[in-house]
Amino acid sequence: MSPSLFSAIRAGLAKTRDALVGKIEQVFTGKAQVDEDMLEELEAVLIQADLGIKATQSIIATLREQSERGKPVDSSTAISLIQEEIVRILGEKPPTMARAESGPTVIMMVGVNGTGKTTSTGKIASMLCASGKSVVLAAADTFRAAAIEQLEVWGRRSGATVIKHQESSDPAAVAFDAFEAGRARGIDYVIVDTAGRLHTKSNLMEELKKVKRVLGRAGTGAPHETLLVVDATTGQNAIAQARVFNEAVGLTGVVLTKLDGTARGGIVVAICSEFGVPVRYVGVGEGVDDLRPFDPREFAASLVSAR
Amino acid sequence: MFENLSAKLQDVFKNLRNRGRLTEKDVDLALKEVRMALLEADVNFKVTKDFVASVKARAIGSAVLESLTPAQQVIKIVFEELTALMGGQSAKIAFANKPPTLVMLVGLQGSGKTTTCAKLASLLRKQGKRPMMAAADVYRPAAIKQLQVLGSQLNIEVFTLGDKADPADIAAGAVERARSFGYDTVLLDTAGRLHIDEEMMVELERIRARVSPHEVLLVVDAMTGQDAVNVATTFNERMGIDGVVLTKLDGDARGGAALSVRAVTGKPIKFVATGEKLDALEPFHPDRMSSRILGMGDVLTIIERAQEVFDEEQARQVQEKIRKQELTLDDFLKQMQDVRKMGPLDQILGMIPGLGRSKALKDLKVDEKDIGKVEAIIRSMTPGERRNPSIIDGSRKRRIAVGSGTKVQDVNALLKQFEQTRKMLKQLGEVSKHKGPLGKMPFMP
Repeated sequence: MSPSLFSAIRAGLAKTRDALVGKIEQVFTGKAQVDEDMLEELEAVLIQADLGIKATQSIIATLREQSERGKPVDSSTAISLIQEEIVRILGEKPPTMARAESGPTVIMMVGVNGTGKTTSTGKIASMLCASGKSVVLAAADTFRAAAIEQLEVWGRRSGATVIKHQESSDPAAVAFDAFEAGRARGIDYVIVDTAGRLHTKSNLMEELKKVKRVLGRAGTGAPHETLLVVDATTGQNAIAQARVFNEAVGLTGVVLTKLDGTARGGIVVAICSEFGVPVRYVGVGEGVDDLRPFDPREFAASLVSAR
Repeated sequence: MFENLSAKLQDVFKNLRNRGRLTEKDVDLALKEVRMALLEADVNFKVTKDFVASVKARAIGSAVLESLTPAQQVIKIVFEELTALMGGQSAKIAFANKPPTLVMLVGLQGSGKTTTCAKLASLLRKQGKRPMMAAADVYRPAAIKQLQVLGSQLNIEVFTLGDKADPADIAAGAVERARSFGYDTVLLDTAGRLHIDEEMMVELERIRARVSPHEVLLVVDAMTGQDAVNVATTFNERMGIDGVVLTKLDGDARGGAALSVRAVTGKPIKFVATGEKLDALEPFHPDRMSSRILGMGDVLTIIERAQEVFDEEQARQVQEKIRKQELTLDDFLKQMQDVRKMGPLDQILGMIPGLGRSKALKDLKVDEKDIGKVEAIIRSMTPGERRNPSIIDGSRKRRIAVGSGTKVQDVNALLKQFEQTRKMLKQLGEVSKHKGPLGKMPFMP
């Protein structure tokens, strides 16, 4: 590549962020109807929010259809159309979390490395403890160095009991013991923190299936919720992650973490439209209380807004 | 890693290859596919746009359209532009004239800084350095402990002042310790952060001002989406990074972040992490990566890995045995274990030219368990049986199957495979008497 092109890219991208905010307004200034330029710009905005090319093109197609049908599409209608479409994909109101009929409700946390499973586990525990529920945490990440210690810190912060074994012991055994401990003590929730694993490692996915199997044998319907933890900065690979984890252990929800950065987490739109798995929580900060129930409307607004 | 992108581009160019002559419209059509493939691979929107524009300019401006093999020309241009976009040549760590060299690792939460710190220490020690590590992530619960555990696994010293200390003090203390104990490289693990977090960024700048690191490496997760450019730009503006480490490339992320990051910061990718084990870190080679993207294979990496694992003398002995047709199941087992040391089999196979793009390989799951089975079977044989498999009769087969927890059919299959391999190798041995690098290549089961 020639040096001039190189520096052009650099200079151009330095402004990406600024450009993104208010880009839509800029696109629509002085235009009463959508045209191809406008659609292309909108496509750029959605792709840069990580919605992925498939979801983006379907949204743009809807918009194009509307305008071809003769409906006047100006800037504000275009934005609300896009937001409506995103809300429609995400589901107006996600179904409530499943509960066990008897015994503890089991939540299993899964995901690739470094998405924030242990932190999310701790935050969900804090949330439940604060609402008066009793919680047992299963330190089933027996692989990563010091993962157990990290979960113990969260146990102290939230007031949840942590059940652990030695490092590199069998994660299924830890999950089982935690469930038994929860049942014996009449605990409301057991949250199983599993080790991060790339979805391409078939042996590690087998290990995860075993954890689920063992839990299923321990209590009826367990795990009642299996949550995939997705980092908001993740790109299109999150779709592959969701597919493989869904096939292996059957996902019931997504936790979107690290939404407090500049990343917009548009990838969950693609995940929802492909697998119909609802987003349960979003992590918006580093504090104990910074995990919130997911609000599709608020999310769509922040994803595509003319600020 | 880049296989998906590579498969896509190849589909595009297969259509081009079938055409004798290309029109400008053909090129446009192909480039539209290239654009989609790059976007799906998470290459930044703007980078993609510029990349496609520059390929198009070269393709249309040059004599491509008149050339007899226009498709080849376009592929060549894409290859060159990809390589250029990723930095052209591979870049190394700049060591200080006067040790200790201080390498500071920065990056977002969960990108893999702590693990990379340990992997890098291990790699540098392999290259003859005396590294130590310092734990300056005082925020994430148990981050220090994680580095200490990794340090003890590698037997590399970890400097810490606990989680109450100021990270700048930890950095300064580590350099001091390295000086007095003769360590020539200090790897500083810092706290992960969301880069908009002003407070944390200021802390990084404070550490930098205090100890002036020789090398600031940004650790980036290969799965990062469009946000990769924001991350890289911010860190580069605030910290002045010297290079990038791309992690988690062993997944199936298409790794578009690799292209974007280099393009926005102009800073080279220096290392890539390709596995969970502590030796899974390698220098980044843009040209090899490009040829991998385009499915041209990566023979150089295989040869390098083979040289690391295989001992020259032993390879010569095996060759001799092959020639005399004296190869035993023991040698078979040893070779297989050596191949496994080179890395996960599916990774190795992906590097072989032609294999990376074959549809067959995509469905073929190389099951490491099958290899475990073969190992178990051979280990259940007596030394006599391993030397001379022909003595294995029905009763021995049953004993071996029971001993290895397999079935008689499995034992039969292995013996048959071994016999075929032996025959094939004998023929090969007669044909090639020379000892090129391929002569050292092991055979696969």
